[in-house]
Amino acid sequence: MIENFLGHFGPYGGRFVPEALINALEELTLAHESAKSDPKFQRELSELHRTYTGRPSIITEVKRFAEHAGGARIFLKREDLNHTGSHKINNVLGQALLTKRMGKKRIIAETGAGQHGVASATAAALMGLECVVYMGEEDTKRQSLNVARMKLLGAEVVPVTQGSKTLKDAINEAMRDWVTNVETTHYLLGTVAGPHPFPTMVRDFHRVIGVEARAQMLEEVGRLPDAVLACVGGGSNAIGIFHPFIDDKEVRLIGLEAGGSGVASGKHAATISGGTPGVLHGTRTYVLQDENGQTVESHSISAGLDYPGVGPEHAYLNDIGRAEYRAITDDEAMSAFKLLCETEGIIPAIETAHALAGAIDIGKELGSDAILLINLSGRGDKDVQTAADYFGIPL
Amino acid sequence: MTQLSELFIKTRAQNRAALIGYVPAGFPTKAECIATIKAMVAGGVDAIEVGYPYSDPVMDGPIIQAAAELSLSNGTSAQDVFDTLEAAVSFGVPAVVMTYWNPIERFGVAKFAAEIAKRGGSGVITPDLTVEESATWKSACEQSDINRIYVVAPSTTEVRLPQVVSQCSGFVYAASLMGVTGTRTSVSGNAKSLVERIRTQTDTPVSVGLGVSTKEQASEVAKYADGVIVGSAFIKQLQESSSIQEGLAKVEALAKELSEGVRR
Repeated sequence: MIENFLGHFGPYGGRFVPEALINALEELTLAHESAKSDPKFQRELSELHRTYTGRPSIITEVKRFAEHAGGARIFLKREDLNHTGSHKINNVLGQALLTKRMGKKRIIAETGAGQHGVASATAAALMGLECVVYMGEEDTKRQSLNVARMKLLGAEVVPVTQGSKTLKDAINEAMRDWVTNVETTHYLLGTVAGPHPFPTMVRDFHRVIGVEARAQMLEEVGRLPDAVLACVGGGSNAIGIFHPFIDDKEVRLIGLEAGGSGVASGKHAATISGGTPGVLHGTRTYVLQDENGQTVESHSISAGLDYPGVGPEHAYLNDIGRAEYRAITDDEAMSAFKLLCETEGIIPAIETAHALAGAIDIGKELGSDAILLINLSGRGDKDVQTAADYFGIPL
Repeated sequence: MTQLSELFIKTRAQNRAALIGYVPAGFPTKAECIATIKAMVAGGVDAIEVGYPYSDPVMDGPIIQAAAELSLSNGTSAQDVFDTLEAAVSFGVPAVVMTYWNPIERFGVAKFAAEIAKRGGSGVITPDLTVEESATWKSACEQSDINRIYVVAPSTTEVRLPQVVSQCSGFVYAASLMGVTGTRTSVSGNAKSLVERIRTQTDTPVSVGLGVSTKEQASEVAKYADGVIVGSAFIKQLQESSSIQEGLAKVEALAKELSEGVRR
């Protein structure tokens, strides 16, 4: 285990939160620890995954796509086939069960593109919990379809009008709600950031991705892949697939960040590639910030990667050299997006397209003997409007 | 001993509570913020908290959020915060900075503490710094001989309370309720019991903040606390005025009322 009992990954992680939240974070830490070693809880969760999420998700070899990536063999872990269309459901079902375990009846969540909001609303409907989703006003306009989905699922969607009116401000507003209603409410955070225990707990709920994929690769090709790739915004799908491979030193772990218009342009969301260590939303990690410690707004074509922080475990894996992080520009991601659509008949989320673009580069670097595993973290239905605009397809 | 600690010795001797006023640096502008502090002191505020406006203020309600946003749009920097602190001290009252943690870490932890001391400040209130993460901050503050002020909440457990309170100097910041900053129609009953719990742990003065805005509330809190902290109510005076002159007059008038309230 990398982290210590205070949720530190080397110098990263920890808790930087108002004292009012400490008790709830302690309660959550204990609930998570006890659930982890409770066979009944684990059975309930894996049964839900089998009968509701659709786990295990399959792996798919993409031969026609791989021709454009130096001829390496490329496998996709198909989290896009999960119920609600992304990996987010893994964490949401786990935390919703913990909410019930703690005797709380209300969940709140933040969302950027709406994927985590939809997943949270889904879990709340399934388990009979009240659900409020905070979403930046800008994002509610850009993703109005997902707003409607959440409402259909019975959730209340609160547009956030403060600050930059995006994901970062939605998290701020959710934290304010939590400070006020902490006795009755669980904050169902959607990524591996935030104060301890969120980075470790959310990772634990997503590890199933890597555990399954590792066994599937051994069964399918008889060996481990040379590299595992995933897109990184907050970093939940990436840590989920990386973590079970950390001890396999021969397997390279590669995170692809959102390079926007290029890291040098300043218009990006590549926090590790272009940020500096700092504290944001309760954890010490890499942050996009100015010389006065103010958070700088991030930019990405992908709303799900558009976040000026990153999970503290990624910051640590970067610093110790166990994982590497590269930036992929909007244009590179969109070109990989199109390529997967046209060569394999799979429309990926634009988030995931960053990992696909990275695979084209890595495949060429490693040559035709290499085997790559990519976490296909989500499907692209939600991105059809953005992609149509980008490629000039009239709607 | 800091000026802040000396203040509480004085107010305890006078059998009253101290009135502590908060305003973010650079709001509405740097100069007008300093004028606001001057008006607060003229009206009877005993100590000043200079806020370091921050892009992600999770502990703050709409009033302080709007003030911080305006200040940041003016380009307020760490130097502006220190200048404002120095100005407050020049008006003859103890002054501290209240800031989220990241700006301190960005500036340099030891350097930040040293700069506070150099500008005559008494200490720093850190609402999102937990005692577990405080090792470097502790030594920096000891080195520069300034007060470290943490916030405790009604939800702080019996086990944890002494751990946090024992780290505080100057005063202990008792959050009156579970929530964010802002004006409220009444001060929660939690405040009194929290202060009583803190008293069993320490002789360090205890100040109550969050939701205090009127003379009546100040008077009620002054019955059991050493300090009464008012922020949003002052800021609101400026936000609701059509000119800075009108705003400053209202701030001074509010300070005068509140300062009558804290004299039990």
